[in-house]
Amino acid sequence: MTLSPSQDAMSARWPLEYLTSAGPHAAPVVPLTWFLLGISAAVILIFTVAVAWGIIVRRQRVSRESLSTCSVENSSRGLSWVYIGMPLTLVTLIVALFWTMLVTGQIAQPASPPTLAITVTGRQWWWQVNYPALPGGRPFETANEIHIPVGQPVLVRLRGGDVIHSFWVPALAGKTDTIPGRQNVTWLQADRPGVYRGQCTEYCGAQHANMGFLVFADPPAVFAAWRRNQDRLASAVPARPTTPRGMNAAANDATRPALEGGNGQAIFAQHCGGCHAIDGTDAHGYQPDGHGVRAPNLTHLMSRRTLAAVTLTNNTNNLAGWISDPQAQKPGVRMPITHLSGPELQAVVAYLKAQQ
Amino acid sequence: MNIADPSRWEDSRVPQVVAIDGDFPGQRLQKMWETEPGFKGWLGSVDHKQIGIRYIVTAFAFLLLGGLEALVMRVQLGGPGQTVLTPQEYNVLFSMHGISMIFLYASPILTGFSNYLWPLILGSRDMAFPRLNALSYWIYLAAGLFIYAGFVTGHGPSDGWFNYVPYALMDYSPGLNMDVYALGMILLGISTTVGAANFIVTFLRNRAPGMSLNRVPVLLWGTLTASAANIMAVPSVSLAFFMLWMDRQFGTHFYDAKMGQPLLWQHLFWMFAHPWVYAIVLPAMGMVSDGLPTFCRRPLVGYTLVVLATVSTMAFGFGVWVHHMFATGLPNLPLSFFSGASFIITIPSGVAVMCWTATIWTGRPVVTTAFLFFASMIILFVIGGVSGVVTAAVASDWQLTDTYFIVAHLHYTLIGINLFPVIGAIYYWFPKMTGRLLNERLGMWNFWVMFIGFNVGFLPMHTLGLLGMPRRIYTYPADMGWSGQNLVVSLGSAMFAIGVLLFLINVAVSLKRGKEAGPNPWGAGTLEWATSSPPPVYNFSVIPIVATRHPLWEEAMNESAERSSIDRGFLLDRGKETIGTSPLDGEPNLILEMPGDSLAPFALTVGMTLMFSGALLRQWWLVAVGIATIFISLVDWFWPRRVHAGLEKVDG
Amino acid sequence: MVDALVTDAPLPVGSAGRNSTAWFGMLCLIATEGSLFAYLLFSYAYFGAQNSADWLPTLHPSFKYGLPGTLVLFSSSATIWWSERGMKRGARGQHLIGLIATILLGLTFIVLELLDWRDKGFSLSSRAYGSFYFTITGFHLLHVIVGVSVLMVVLGWSLAGYFTQRRHMHVTISGVYWHFVDVVWIFVFSTFFLAPYVIAL
Ligand code: HEA
Ligand code: HEA
Ligand code: HEC
Ligand code: CUA
Ligand SMILES: [Cu+2]
Repeated sequence: MTLSPSQDAMSARWPLEYLTSAGPHAAPVVPLTWFLLGISAAVILIFTVAVAWGIIVRRQRVSRESLSTCSVENSSRGLSWVYIGMPLTLVTLIVALFWTMLVTGQIAQPASPPTLAITVTGRQWWWQVNYPALPGGRPFETANEIHIPVGQPVLVRLRGGDVIHSFWVPALAGKTDTIPGRQNVTWLQADRPGVYRGQCTEYCGAQHANMGFLVFADPPAVFAAWRRNQDRLASAVPARPTTPRGMNAAANDATRPALEGGNGQAIFAQHCGGCHAIDGTDAHGYQPDGHGVRAPNLTHLMSRRTLAAVTLTNNTNNLAGWISDPQAQKPGVRMPITHLSGPELQAVVAYLKAQQ
Repeated sequence: MNIADPSRWEDSRVPQVVAIDGDFPGQRLQKMWETEPGFKGWLGSVDHKQIGIRYIVTAFAFLLLGGLEALVMRVQLGGPGQTVLTPQEYNVLFSMHGISMIFLYASPILTGFSNYLWPLILGSRDMAFPRLNALSYWIYLAAGLFIYAGFVTGHGPSDGWFNYVPYALMDYSPGLNMDVYALGMILLGISTTVGAANFIVTFLRNRAPGMSLNRVPVLLWGTLTASAANIMAVPSVSLAFFMLWMDRQFGTHFYDAKMGQPLLWQHLFWMFAHPWVYAIVLPAMGMVSDGLPTFCRRPLVGYTLVVLATVSTMAFGFGVWVHHMFATGLPNLPLSFFSGASFIITIPSGVAVMCWTATIWTGRPVVTTAFLFFASMIILFVIGGVSGVVTAAVASDWQLTDTYFIVAHLHYTLIGINLFPVIGAIYYWFPKMTGRLLNERLGMWNFWVMFIGFNVGFLPMHTLGLLGMPRRIYTYPADMGWSGQNLVVSLGSAMFAIGVLLFLINVAVSLKRGKEAGPNPWGAGTLEWATSSPPPVYNFSVIPIVATRHPLWEEAMNESAERSSIDRGFLLDRGKETIGTSPLDGEPNLILEMPGDSLAPFALTVGMTLMFSGALLRQWWLVAVGIATIFISLVDWFWPRRVHAGLEKVDG
Repeated sequence: MVDALVTDAPLPVGSAGRNSTAWFGMLCLIATEGSLFAYLLFSYAYFGAQNSADWLPTLHPSFKYGLPGTLVLFSSSATIWWSERGMKRGARGQHLIGLIATILLGLTFIVLELLDWRDKGFSLSSRAYGSFYFTITGFHLLHVIVGVSVLMVVLGWSLAGYFTQRRHMHVTISGVYWHFVDVVWIFVFSTFFLAPYVIAL
């Protein structure tokens, strides 16, 4: 699927701007916001002009010294300003209030029942996304990239994994917090296929700034294909590794034997598998009784466009850079420097490159 | 003669009324009221004017610190992908910035003004509880230093000023940082509360005879309302922080996700903090209500309406806290209710804004620096207020919340309704406090640089918000479309800071070389201008008797009714005394004995600081020492007195 | 009218009972402390609303210490009232006896409360209910301890002859504080001891 730039948040001029919307959860809010902004501008204009003009028209040029003897008007005029202003304010506010309630009701629920319900968990500083099983399939987990079928309402259950985060896709829906110990719900529906940017908006610690995500609104066929692919378990023996671009070819040659036979997989299981899972392999990921950290499931890593919550584009270079020193890319991130040797790193990268 | 002799211990007396002429022999009063020279006298002073100035200076220092923190943040945010600060440094900075500004600057500065001005405006010789006043200052200072001590030793709070849990719990924020904030806030809460109680009682008891409720200047209404709110709201946040500290240190389960309720924190915090944001602007609005008319040469339009607006803003202010929690997933019905309540709160604000504007239009404004600061506040208030209305609409807020739109809103309200009036108030009352005027030419520069800098710096935050820039991010990528505007914001901030610098220069220069002010340089109408500049320690030679809302304008306004009596009134020179009046009508019904200078407030503060430091470091012996100090200070404080303070100084 | 305010009637000097500033000050203190307890109980109620009834450790809490404690506190309110009346009437004996009785009753309450704490099958950190139970009753206990200390100091001053029939602001004011502490207990007691029975119905 190719997208025109305007449909792809990654290349949009303002990826998180919310005065243009792409779905029924966000659309009714836009005119309301414009209306309120319009009123605001009008009120500001009126008072700025009133104050400035009032000063210009009414000012008297009296020196500071003669202020103490300057006359004082014993006037009770002026209240008519309030008597004119208040009813106008009141009417405006009533309109605004009714409109607000109307929109709030309108977007509370999708027009038709959701066709899919997924669970999104906010974690420091990435998003865990869980899909239900297809008939005969398995429930699967992915991270930071959500796929939804275009034109269909999708229910999103929001869970807080550690601290509070907030789930926000400006073009599709306003914010809803993910709160540990509670479950919130929101819904997404995209009217146009596209890639929409999302962002965590509740302060959640060191890397709150880099906690983005993407929502892919796919045509139904594309969505179904994506889902079928995610449903697959990783093959036990990866395809023959490809040489990562930009890596030292000589070193690569020298270590070629080490790369054979799923070596990357073993290294991964040993060094990374305590936190990351690759379904269908020995890398089981975080276990509640272990010492690991909840980390993104990497089963189909290569189906993702970005790494580390939209911090990096997913390419070989970035992947290798990330694995060798995640702290440099995202200081404070909950993934340690793993101190892999050069060959080990290459093996792991190669292994991950195979996780389509 | 033994002055402690009970026979000199009066139960009642007819207060002497005298008329003073030019050369009133003030030495007797001077001697009774003045503070001993030297360090001990300085520590023990209970003079409201000294305390007020200490408050103002300290609060200003925190403003500068908070401002410097903001400027560093603005350097980091000036362009995309900057690495001036690490994420954690940025997070500590924005937290300290918010804390400094909201808690250590915005509220104390107003307390300072009220402390200085109240007794003068009320025609009283001091506040109701002078020692409590000193206590409130010392604890404020201690709390500020406590939090900043954490900051400079690397234990600065890093969860923003509203410090949401679970992030603030031990699991996610190990170390002392959040404990510093929690305990510091409880300490500060004590300062705020005792200060508030003092204002309430002063308002009820210490007004000049004849100053019935409808003659009280609006500043006093503002501070009174804020104080009443503080009395009721501060316990909420103190409790919230106490429970946070318990969760962190003693394993209780108030906020953790497993057994506790993270959202309880938000309720408790905002039940306090929304009333609080009004508490830190209502006194400032009062300053404008009192200052603007002086320059417009007419009384405020709609005094009664403005007072009612003040009180009702506060009352409504208790019912809107959930608008800070619109995105927490609460059911729609309560959300709509709180949305509506937030809309309604616009009405009293609108009334005040319209009254001020009408005052300009129906008056004959004289454009001074103070006037410009007050008048521009109207515009900034409207800008800040209407952006509040946009976010008050729950559906819109789901998009707007936690973006720079909110950052714009909060700066327009806080800087617009607090900082601008405060700077204006300094231009206005500086002559009263120091006897010298600030330079007007420099003042004009000061105003325009600040005003333009502020708008250049903070208007673009609205559009940044609409373009989706989240708040509290330490950096942003270049491809978000925010870079240019952020640069403008940073440049505007720098310009604004230069404006603040000009102000500081003006103060420094004028302190020595400003023009002599005389008692009433602006030809103002309220009582503080009736006494000399700076006022004598005892404020008024005789307690004036008030007949109208503007005792000093009766002549100029050609008031036909009765005139106030400024030069003839109660003398009260049998010790430190002032008159106590009835709460509603201001009829004298008591001679209040005022305490002398005392070290007890300072000692009490030392005790509290020891106690809180001990609790922070888990040194329980230190806590015990603190409690013992507190106990001894309190016993000394309340020791029943048999002699009027000050009497021994004159009668020996 | 201005002249009408220039009284020639004598005005009381200083601490005139309910006209004194200290009395007003105490009312402010009570208002803020009352709010504190209101927020505490609000928090408790919030937990109650967010959880099901099994949040409570039992629906039938024992009255073994709570009830005697309540009676003790109530009677101490009566004795302090009686003591202040004695002061006002110039009956020094009545004043002192009442004051001492109040202090003793206060101490008894403290002991009963501590026994009650010992008997509880949960701790501050074992469950959220325990956190609330010990925090709220602890806050109240702290107020009782402060109250008793204040009364003891007042007793000392009274013995030293600092108060007279007309000047005894300290007595009046510590008395109100004590009543306040008692009233708070009614709410605490109802919350922890009575409300569960109502839920159980
Ligand atoms: C200092 C003071 C101050 C003041 C006075 C206000 C005033 C108001 N505030 Fe503001 N607010 C803050 C300080 C303040 N606020 C702070 C610090 C935050 C951020 C906290 C944080 O998250 O860190 C905040 C956040 C905040 C939010 C939460 C946003 C979010 O996080 O999502 C909301 C939502 O409703 C809100 C609403 C309002 C409203 C409706 C008013 C009203 O009182 C405004 C009323 C005034 C006017 C409207 C102008 C005058 C009226 C007229 C001229 C009449 C005509 C007007 C119309 C017809 C519209 N504020
Ligand atoms: C009264 C309140 C107040 C004031 C005056 C200010 C003033 C300023 N604020 Fe502040 N701000 C807040 C209250 C305030 N702020 C609050 C409550 C928050 C929310 C915090 C949170 O999210 O938790 C916030 C957040 C906040 C942010 C958002 C941070 C984020 O979300 O990531 C930003 C970003 O630009 C910012 C910028 C500024 C700037 C540039 C100023 C400028 O006006 C500063 C101007 C500079 C000065 C006033 C100092 C001048 C110094 C000199 C002239 C040098 C002289 C020095 C010496 C002699 C020592 N502020
Ligand atoms: C202690 C836990 C831990 C270990 C060990 C660990 N990681 Fe991670 N990893 C994380 C966390 C947490 C994240 C999410 C970081 C973020 O975006 O904030 C992550 C993110 C990633 C990502 C990006 C995933 C995505 O979907 O964006 C990759 C790829 C990755 N890790 C690879 C590895 C490899 C390879 C190893 C072993 C060599 C490894 N990790 C070891 C915790 C760990
Ligand atoms: Cu997650 Cu901010
Ligand atoms: Cu608010």
